[in-house]
Amino acid sequence: MSTEPTFIPLDAIRRAPVPDPANAPTEDIRELLFDLEDAGELIVQRVPEPYVEVMTKYGRMKKIPLDKTWHHKSCGQCGHIPGYSTSIFWLNRQFGMSYDDPTDQTSCTAWNYYASATSNAVAQAAVASRNFAAAYATGFYPMIHCGTSYGHYKETRAELVHHPELRRKVRDIMAKLNKPLIVPEEIVHYSEWIHVMRDKIAERQVRDFSSITASIHPACHYYKLVTEDAIYDPDIYGGQRTATVTGLVEAVGSTVGDYSTFFDCCGFGFRHILVQRDFSRSFATQRKIEIMKEEANPDVVITHDTGCVTTLDKSQFAAKAHQRNVGVPVLSDAQFAALAMGAHPYRVVQLHWHATDYTALLEKMGIDWEQSWAEFESDLKRIESGEIEYLSWEDADA
Amino acid sequence: MSTMAPPMPFTADRGATLAPNSYVDVPYEEKLRLWEEVKSDDRFPDYLYGCYDCGICVAACPSAKYYDFSPRKIAQAAAREDVELIYEQMNDDVWNCSQCFSCNRCPRQNSPGGLITLLREVSVKNGLASAKDALEGYGRVVYKIMTTGTQISPDMLQPDAFPDWGPDVEKTSDNLDLWRRALPPETLHTTETSWVVSDETLIELYLIWLHSDVMDIIKEADEGLHMIILDVMEETLEDAGYEV
Repeated sequence: MSTEPTFIPLDAIRRAPVPDPANAPTEDIRELLFDLEDAGELIVQRVPEPYVEVMTKYGRMKKIPLDKTWHHKSCGQCGHIPGYSTSIFWLNRQFGMSYDDPTDQTSCTAWNYYASATSNAVAQAAVASRNFAAAYATGFYPMIHCGTSYGHYKETRAELVHHPELRRKVRDIMAKLNKPLIVPEEIVHYSEWIHVMRDKIAERQVRDFSSITASIHPACHYYKLVTEDAIYDPDIYGGQRTATVTGLVEAVGSTVGDYSTFFDCCGFGFRHILVQRDFSRSFATQRKIEIMKEEANPDVVITHDTGCVTTLDKSQFAAKAHQRNVGVPVLSDAQFAALAMGAHPYRVVQLHWHATDYTALLEKMGIDWEQSWAEFESDLKRIESGEIEYLSWEDADA
Repeated sequence: MSTMAPPMPFTADRGATLAPNSYVDVPYEEKLRLWEEVKSDDRFPDYLYGCYDCGICVAACPSAKYYDFSPRKIAQAAAREDVELIYEQMNDDVWNCSQCFSCNRCPRQNSPGGLITLLREVSVKNGLASAKDALEGYGRVVYKIMTTGTQISPDMLQPDAFPDWGPDVEKTSDNLDLWRRALPPETLHTTETSWVVSDETLIELYLIWLHSDVMDIIKEADEGLHMIILDVMEETLEDAGYEV
C-alpha cells in the first residue's frame, strides 16, 4: 500500500472553472440589505473609497476598504497574543492608512456563545449592531480582526435580514441605546485587507523569505460560516480553496507547504480550549502539526484567526514532552507580513507571547533574535525605570 | 411523526443508535416541550432541510474523530423528530461539538453545528443538569465577558490555569504589567481586560443583557453567578442614573 499522501494534486484542482455569479447557489445578501434600507428598516454603511474589489467563492465581487477603517479588535488576540493586533495596526501605519482603534467596542461575545450558549440570537445581534453603530458614528468602516467575530457577524447579518421579528427586537434595544440599526455593506476581515495589499507588502519587503516553507491553516469561521463571503481566486488553488493567507505567503516569495488535512479545524472548540483542552491538544497536534511535519516539513504555520494561532501554537508544548513530531512556530499572516516588511520581532510582532520555539525561523529570515531581544529588554528597562511610561509607535520603529 | 403517543424507550425507530433510553425517568411530555422550544427558534428552518445520510458532515467533523459523536445523528434525529433520541443528545452529545461548522459542507445545506447551538441554548435555558455540568468551571469566563465586554484578559494567563502550555505562561504572568506597557497600541495597556472598554460602552452592553433575556438564561445556568453579575451591572447602571 502506498504511503504517499492521498490528497488531490493541486494540478488537478487547477482545472476547475471560474464560478459564474449568475449561477450562485445562495442569494446576494447585500441586495436584500439595500431593499431593507429602502423600506426604512435599517441603515447600510457603505464601503468607503478607496477600496479593492475581489472575487468571492461563487464569483461575486466584494469590496475591501483600504483606508479609514474601524478596528474591531479580538479578545484572544489582544489578551494573549497581542503581537497579532499590533502587527495589523503597524501594517496600516506603514502604508499611511488612517484607522480608528476604538474604546467604544466590545467583544462580539461569540466565543462565549459558541462555548456556553449563555446568550441568544437577540442579544448576539444587538451586540453586533451596537458595535456597528459605534463604527458608523465615527465615519470609519468596520475591519474585523477575529475570524469568529467575522463569521458570527455574517450569520447575524443574515438573521437580521431574514427574520423581521428579530429585526424589530434588536431595533427596539438599539432605540434604548439611542442608536440606529446599522449593518455594513460588507463584513470585512483584516486578512482580506492583507490579501488585497499583498503586492504592496511584497514591494516593501526588506527580508528574504524565499527559503521559507509555510503551511497554511485556513480559519473555519472565516470560510465555513456563510461560505460565499470568503475570498477565492482562480490563480490560487484553482479557486477551490480560500485564497486569503496563501496569497500573501506566495506574494512574499515563500513556498506553500501543502498537506492533506488542510480542511480540518485547529481543535480550538471554543469551550474545549478553556475547559476540555485534552481534545484541543490532541487534535491540533495529531491532525494538524504532525501531518504538516510529515508531509511538508514547514518552517512555520501561517493562519488568520485568534483561536487557530492560540491552539496550534500553545498545544505543542505538551506534545513535545511526549516526544511527538511537533515543533513548528505559528504566526498570523499579519505578523508574517510585518516581519517581511522589517518589523521588530519583539517591539511589534511581540513573539515572546508565543509558546513554540520560533528562533530557527527568525534566523532563516535573517533576523538576529538575540540582538532583537536585547533591544527589547532595554525598552523594558526604560519602562521600569520610569524613563518612559509605555513603548510608543516611534520606539517600535526605532 | 405523531406527537400524541410516546414511543417505547427502545424501538427500531431509534435505529441511529440502537441504544437503550437512558432517560426513562424524564416524562415524554417534558422532552417534547424542549424539542418544541428548539423548533420554535426562528433559525431552526435555516439549519435543517432533510438528510441524505451521506456522512460528509461526520467526515469533516473534528469532534467525531475523538468522541463518540456524530453530527449526522444530530441531523437525522432532528429530521425524524425522534424526541427521545434528541433528549439524549441534548444531555450526552451536544457539548462535544467544536462549533467549527465544518459540517456546513452538507450537500443539503444543513447545519448540524447550528442545530447544536439551538439544542445547547435550550438545555442551558431550561437548566438541564448536563448543561450545568458542562459549564462547570466556565463561570469565570461568563463573568468576564458579561461584566467587562472582553472575554480573554491577559491576567487569565496563570500557570495553574494553563500548565500544559509550558513554562512561558509563568514568565508572561510574572511580567504581565511590564509587557503590557511595552505594547505600542494605547488601548492594549490593560491586564484585566483585553483592551480599554469605555464606561459608556459598558453601560450599553449591560442594557443589552437586561433587555434581551440573557440574565434569565444565566439565572437558570448558575444562580450564584447571576447574582454576582447582576450586582456589578446594577451598581454601574445606578451610578450612571439608570433605574434597574
